[in-house]
Amino acid sequence: MEKPKIATASLAGCFGCHMSLLDIDDRILKLFELVQFDKSPIDDIKKFTGQCAIGLIEGGCCNEENVHNLQNFRKHCGILISVGDCAINGGIPAMRNNIPLKECFDEAYRDGPSVYNPEGIIPNDKEIPLLLDKVYPCHHVVKVDYYLPGCPPPADTLWEALVALLSNKPLDLPYELIKYD
Amino acid sequence: MSVEFKQTIKEICEACGNDRSLMMDVVIATQKRFGCVSNEAMDLIAENMNAHRVEVEGVVSFYSFLSPDPKGQVVIRLCNDVVDQMQGVQAVAEAFKKELGIDFGQTTPDGKITLEWTPCIGMCDQAPAALINDMVFTYLSTDKVREITDELKKHGDPEQIPIRYGDGNNAHDLVKSMVNNGLRKKGAVIFGQHEAEKGVKNALSMSAVEVIREVKNARLRGRGGAGFPTGMKWEFTRAADGDKKYILCNADEGEPGTFKDRVILTERADLLFEGMTIGGYAVGSDEGILYLRAEYAYLRAFLENVLKERRDRGLLGKNACGKDGFDFDIRIQMGAGAYICGEETALISSCEGLRGDPKNRPPFPAQKGYKECPTSVNNVETFCAVARILDKGAAWFSEVGSQGSPSTKLLSVSGDCTNPGVYEFPFGMRVDDLLKKVGAQDVQAVLIGGPSGQLIGSADFERTICYDDLATGGSVIVFNSKRNILEIVGQYMDFFVEESCGYCTPCRVGNVLLRNGIEKIIHGQGEKADLDYLQELGETVKLASRCGLGQTSPNPVLTSLKNFRAVYEAVLIEPTDGQQPSFDIKAALSVSEDLTGRKSEIYKD
Repeated sequence: MEKPKIATASLAGCFGCHMSLLDIDDRILKLFELVQFDKSPIDDIKKFTGQCAIGLIEGGCCNEENVHNLQNFRKHCGILISVGDCAINGGIPAMRNNIPLKECFDEAYRDGPSVYNPEGIIPNDKEIPLLLDKVYPCHHVVKVDYYLPGCPPPADTLWEALVALLSNKPLDLPYELIKYD
Repeated sequence: MSVEFKQTIKEICEACGNDRSLMMDVVIATQKRFGCVSNEAMDLIAENMNAHRVEVEGVVSFYSFLSPDPKGQVVIRLCNDVVDQMQGVQAVAEAFKKELGIDFGQTTPDGKITLEWTPCIGMCDQAPAALINDMVFTYLSTDKVREITDELKKHGDPEQIPIRYGDGNNAHDLVKSMVNNGLRKKGAVIFGQHEAEKGVKNALSMSAVEVIREVKNARLRGRGGAGFPTGMKWEFTRAADGDKKYILCNADEGEPGTFKDRVILTERADLLFEGMTIGGYAVGSDEGILYLRAEYAYLRAFLENVLKERRDRGLLGKNACGKDGFDFDIRIQMGAGAYICGEETALISSCEGLRGDPKNRPPFPAQKGYKECPTSVNNVETFCAVARILDKGAAWFSEVGSQGSPSTKLLSVSGDCTNPGVYEFPFGMRVDDLLKKVGAQDVQAVLIGGPSGQLIGSADFERTICYDDLATGGSVIVFNSKRNILEIVGQYMDFFVEESCGYCTPCRVGNVLLRNGIEKIIHGQGEKADLDYLQELGETVKLASRCGLGQTSPNPVLTSLKNFRAVYEAVLIEPTDGQQPSFDIKAALSVSEDLTGRKSEIYKD
């Protein structure tokens, strides 16, 4: 039987959740026995090769490319999981949500104390994705099936969740893995 | 900073004995004198009161009637409660905007008049209504707005605006208000004929334990809505360790649609203070505090005078009512615009001169309340009931009413009915009987107990108003068949979002999510799954919130989901293919497209 495919992406995140996935250590070999990685930074496949069973999303949506990517994941993945606080709540990038976009640009490119930009240029190549008015959590853009909170979710949480999902068993995480203070 | 300014602040602080627990009085006085509690004022207050600056700013930023930025000498606060919306407050609001040339939240360029929205001011039976400084203006219309603004432009003094005084004590020299009592039905207990001070005299001839036993025998339950047995509360307070004990009266009736305490404060102030005196004697307290909501500041001078007369007559003070060794007096603590302060532990915080944050329980106030001392907090109506119980006896008191809820209850009825106002009815009255009495027809829904209570439909109109069935602190709001249930629910959620103190996450965040969920459905973007989400979220907020606000704030959503599910289902859409219908990429990109001057390459038209 063909192994189920899994895809992952980091949107407006820090790749910390992906690092946490790597933190499952040697169990990653076991994971490769269970699944085949499709589009993911882990194997550097850039485009979906077909439909996937599971999609793991790190990070929220701060620009149009994130939205496009996420919508693409929704189309290609049977089960979509928001992984980590940025995907679920917007996280650190969402701290800009109370500040108008123009002020963010001015601070970053024009008025910041360490900025040297005498012409006051704001980078504006068409290759640069346009920012959204604010940072959106993933489930505000597409429907999300499961949430794995944490910053990042511990490696064991990711492992247990994937194994439970792949073996079609209920997920029973010990208190230590879902306690955050 | 002028010397005079410094001196005035110093005097304000000194008038309160530089006592940090009277911080509310200091900042309210400063606000009144200067139109704001400025940064400089906060520094000076902190210095004079030997407090940290953050303590002062914490208080100023908490209450909506206090402001660090200058406001006009005249502040117009128009009530945007749901009932006012139903009675056409929007047209009134537009008229204010047009006449003053400013929007809500703004001050006229000459700095004279500020226009603001405010939640329920306890005038639902005479809506639309507004506060102009401390004065209440009822039954507003666009014509009246023009008259008011013309007058204000002429002399800038709301007190010079000609008004016709309301009935009863509303016309009293110390009130002079256009508010009407709207007392439609007097019952035997609160508004019945009674011999003044007989209750307190009887009480003082008994031992404190006997007084509590009499209250327990009458099976009196708290009239604020929660219905905790008053006698038991007093027993706990009396039994708690501590030399100093307090009896507090909750006159912060902020639950939208509740205005019965206003009528008691206007017409039965002596009975209330009599009840408080009995309470003080029963729990072993020598100090009572009446916590009066800022919206009722127009009653303050009158109430202070009632207290003064009682002192002059020996009913308060040393050896109160002639009882040797019973020293008892009452002070008034003003609030400053915060719904949460109706919650008893938040009320205690506010009386202590702090932000109106609720406290952790346990310990309960009966163990550790005001200033860490055993404290009993009771509703205005509860104290009046106590005075009548001690006057006529427990048996007389519980003659009427239902099994679990003896005696009468004041109901403040508003909304779609011909006779809004205050009614004193025995507990156990059926909703449909009440609707008949108040002249309500074509009724779609009734909100019993305000937004923190239950929204019921015709299937429940046979149910009865009492603690064991439909409990209410007094609020009954009627909606006819033309009203949009979902919009009403949304407006009440707006109210809770605004009034959440922000201390705990379930309430601070959960109410916002509930409101957004309702808006999504109103905008025709909701699916069946969204109803399940709202149900689950509402239950979580109730379960996980720290105080009564968050434990009841999801009720508009939850009770309407239960009783008006068809209304929701009628506007649901078929599930989409995984995209969120509420996400609008074009709108999300519009700011960026404007700033960069280019269009999206990915999302072209």
